[in-house]
Amino acid sequence: MLSGALIVVLSFAYVGLLFAIAYYGDKRADAGRSIIANPYIYTLSLAVYCTSWTFYGSVGRAATSGIGFLPIYLGPTLMAALWWYVLLKMIRISKAHRITSIADFIASRYGKSHLLGGLVTIIAVLGIVPYIALQLKAISASFSTMLQYPNVIASTASLPFLQDNTFYIAMLLAAFTILFGTRHLDATERHEGLVAVIAFESIVKLVAFIAVGVFVTWGMFDGFADVFAKAAAVPELNALLVQGGAAGNYTTWASLTVLSMLAIILLPRQFQVSVVENVNERHLNKAIWLFPLYLFAINIFVLPIALGGLMHFPAGTVDADTFVLTLPMSEQKTWLALLAFVGGLSAATGMVIVETIALSTMVCNDLVMPILLRWKFLRLTESRDLSGLLLGIRRSAIVLVLVLGYGYFYLAGEAYALVSIGLISFTAVAQFAPAMIGGLFWKGGTRLGALCGLSAGFLVWLYSLLLPSFAKSGWLPITFLTEGILGFDLLKPQQLFGLEGLDDISHCLFWSMIANVGCYVDFSLWRRPTAAEHSQANLFVDVFRHITPGSGSRFWRGSATVADLQTLLGRFIGPERANEAFAAYARSQGIPGIEQVSANAVLVHYVESQIAGAIGSASARDMVASVVVEEPLALDEVMAIIDEASQALAYSRQLEQKSRELEAATNELRGANQRLQELDRLKDDFISTVTHELRTPLTSIRAFSEILSDNPQLDPQQRSKFLGIITRESERLTRLINQVLDLAKIESGAADWHPSEVDMREVLEDAVAALSQIYKERNIALELRIPEHPPLVMADRDRITQVALNLLSNAANFCDKPDSRVSITLSEEEAALRIDIADNGIGISPADQAVIFEKFRQVSDTAAGKPRGSGLGLAISREIIHHFGGRLWVESTSGLGAKFSFTLPLPRSSTSFLAA
Amino acid sequence: MNNLPKDDLPKNGLPKSAPVTSVLIVEDEESILLSLEFLLAKEGYAVTTARDGAAALRALQARPPDLALLDVMLPLIDGFELCRLIRENPALRGTRIMLVTARGREAEIARGMALGADAYLTKPFSTRELMDKVRALLGVPPPV
Repeated sequence: MLSGALIVVLSFAYVGLLFAIAYYGDKRADAGRSIIANPYIYTLSLAVYCTSWTFYGSVGRAATSGIGFLPIYLGPTLMAALWWYVLLKMIRISKAHRITSIADFIASRYGKSHLLGGLVTIIAVLGIVPYIALQLKAISASFSTMLQYPNVIASTASLPFLQDNTFYIAMLLAAFTILFGTRHLDATERHEGLVAVIAFESIVKLVAFIAVGVFVTWGMFDGFADVFAKAAAVPELNALLVQGGAAGNYTTWASLTVLSMLAIILLPRQFQVSVVENVNERHLNKAIWLFPLYLFAINIFVLPIALGGLMHFPAGTVDADTFVLTLPMSEQKTWLALLAFVGGLSAATGMVIVETIALSTMVCNDLVMPILLRWKFLRLTESRDLSGLLLGIRRSAIVLVLVLGYGYFYLAGEAYALVSIGLISFTAVAQFAPAMIGGLFWKGGTRLGALCGLSAGFLVWLYSLLLPSFAKSGWLPITFLTEGILGFDLLKPQQLFGLEGLDDISHCLFWSMIANVGCYVDFSLWRRPTAAEHSQANLFVDVFRHITPGSGSRFWRGSATVADLQTLLGRFIGPERANEAFAAYARSQGIPGIEQVSANAVLVHYVESQIAGAIGSASARDMVASVVVEEPLALDEVMAIIDEASQALAYSRQLEQKSRELEAATNELRGANQRLQELDRLKDDFISTVTHELRTPLTSIRAFSEILSDNPQLDPQQRSKFLGIITRESERLTRLINQVLDLAKIESGAADWHPSEVDMREVLEDAVAALSQIYKERNIALELRIPEHPPLVMADRDRITQVALNLLSNAANFCDKPDSRVSITLSEEEAALRIDIADNGIGISPADQAVIFEKFRQVSDTAAGKPRGSGLGLAISREIIHHFGGRLWVESTSGLGAKFSFTLPLPRSSTSFLAA
Repeated sequence: MNNLPKDDLPKNGLPKSAPVTSVLIVEDEESILLSLEFLLAKEGYAVTTARDGAAALRALQARPPDLALLDVMLPLIDGFELCRLIRENPALRGTRIMLVTARGREAEIARGMALGADAYLTKPFSTRELMDKVRALLGVPPPV
């Protein structure tokens, strides 16, 4: 038998330890050396999700529905995968607007609406207070179970509250929460000491649960395999492990998963730890995988403990919810039992503390303050310092929430309404989802839509889930359930409109979500949002684009004095802290001192957000409005601002487009200019070349003419030699002039063409004959491969001869080896005659091959330095061949000779002639 | 005035050796080369010829001429480059240079003079003008 005193002392000692940790955490925070500013503490604080309902209840649930306990932990795990977007957005928005509770968040999103904030608060209080009661009950039940040690038969008798330790625990928790939750007011509403405590408790409950799990699995059994094998042998237990059996059908699984997905972001305590207490957005990155890991760890022993308990105790003698405690007790493991007890205490107190803070903030900021500020006779708006009053309200709210919780626990006791409250609470907070998630991602959501949706969903929840739980507890006539209200069958609360076959939770979730989402969307679309709603919608939905602190100022216009604003802030957070806040503002704006601060939209927004931290955004707006002469922005004006912004955006997009086009045009021009310059350069080069080519023969002609004229006594042989030179050079000159004129004519289209049937054999033989002297002189072997009677082609005989001559003389020019050879081949290919003129000379480099057919371009013969021709021959030849529909091209390998080829199309009829 | 034999110009008339003035003609156009060779030989100069820049360098090294007639557009090494090489070589200090070219642009004339040419002649040229310039460069009196 453990003495009650020991357990009481242990409990109080434990809470005392929590005090010490919280105190230390706050001290460190004050000293600027935070102990919670790391992702691990952040993750552990998120584990406040696991309450005594997890610690004791999971085992209880597993004992009745097997793996049916899992969806409650699968949901958050799934949601964690979306945190990087959803939760990050909530954190970003809350930091930017100093939002301190989920009621404030929703109120602020829909135009800083008092009504909405109040409604959310009421739903939260109604939904959560019973949940707090459940935690107190867990503490109480575990306490009385421990008192029976080593017997495991729980006493159900409740004590008068003055002798009930639970009451003292509740009051102790209230004191704790007041001490560390409302030490002072500030805009961030962050509580480092508390977070440290929550993280610590998360460790304790995890360690305790795993310790019990290990004991059961390996102490009482031989490991997992043994537990499951023995359970599988018992038919009733085997059923627990099969999906679709006791574990519930798929609808139940789905709705529980969805519920818990929503709960992990919408429960006031989760909002508190994950958003309000968040120190650094980046902590989320680790929490996204660490938190699911925590859930996994705390659930791994649920089934072994449940099955162990069911097999260990005679059926029905021990409540499965107490297995975590009673299994170590029945095995006389005193210290393990005490550890389990402390673990359960941790789970329960952690939840109670955070939930109470969250609720009290909501009650104060979104329920009480708006009402007090509205009561003109209180003259609160003129009071010098409201920070004391605010703290008073907060503290009262904390006590009130805990007293309500205790009261509910005391009255409900073992009633159904308390036992099943976990999921009922989840369903209540799930009603925030449409307004919350819609508000994050849909700009069209309005205050009216949110109000109607929330109210509708809340009423359905009340009617189909909360009231039936009262009926099942015997507080309402049971006919309410069996016959519906006023005897209308369709209004039977758990078979609304005849919908049967769903479990209570799925049923309520189904109808409440239909009502909630339906009203939210329909009423949002019904009326256009007001200016305030529109501006808030933009700030929330586009928060990742508006990141500067002064982002709200875009939609504000008015005038105020700095002194008024500072006094105003001082009234809510105290003059001293207000002074600090202004100094911080000056620093952030790069202004040397408070005196230089000017009252502009940014400052007004700053002050408003600071006050919002203390009294909520809706009241803060009213307060600021009382000192600021605001010129209200009509919807038209807000729309104009937005239009202006989007026009500017469109305009800049147009500008961008234009500048791209301009750039493209510039590039084209630059290219054209380059081509022109290139042409100009080519023309200059051409003229220079032509000039040189003209001057060279002229020089010889003039020189020899003068020699002959000055030297009449020259011997006849020399005389005729010089005259021969004059003749040759004159011919050369004529040839060049003819070529230039020729090309000019062909290019301008003025050339005369005399097409006739041409025998290419004759043409080639003529050309060879004309050049035979040169070939002989240079000792170049000529090889002709020409069929006897090639088909005739339609062409200008003289022109084609010109081409042949040009190619043959080129070939000769490029042959400078002793055993030079040039071959001429005539062949037929695809309706054309083909002529190849190949030499084994110096060849043409690939770079030159690309340009030699362009007029004025010549092989840049580094070995020869000076071009060997006018640079027009190939250009003219190609023009001629093209004129008759053929092609002229070159194939060559440098150093191994070149092969010039051209084709001339055959008339259709002559193809067969050749084939014959 | 200069006692070093290699600096002695033939026209100074050393008693034993023939007082022949040497001229190197560098020209790749056969007929022009022929006309220049005829004109200079007729007046008694010792003429050597080269048809490209490389041959010209060999000839310059073999015997520093009193005058080099350089065509500008030459294979391998052009006239401007030859001009520069001659001016860089101390052994060729006594060689006069005349550029003969079909390129008559002012800029090219200026470039040739800047590289150290002593005279510039544009093709087609008058044979009398050519010979006048040659004599003037070599300090030879005109024929009576």
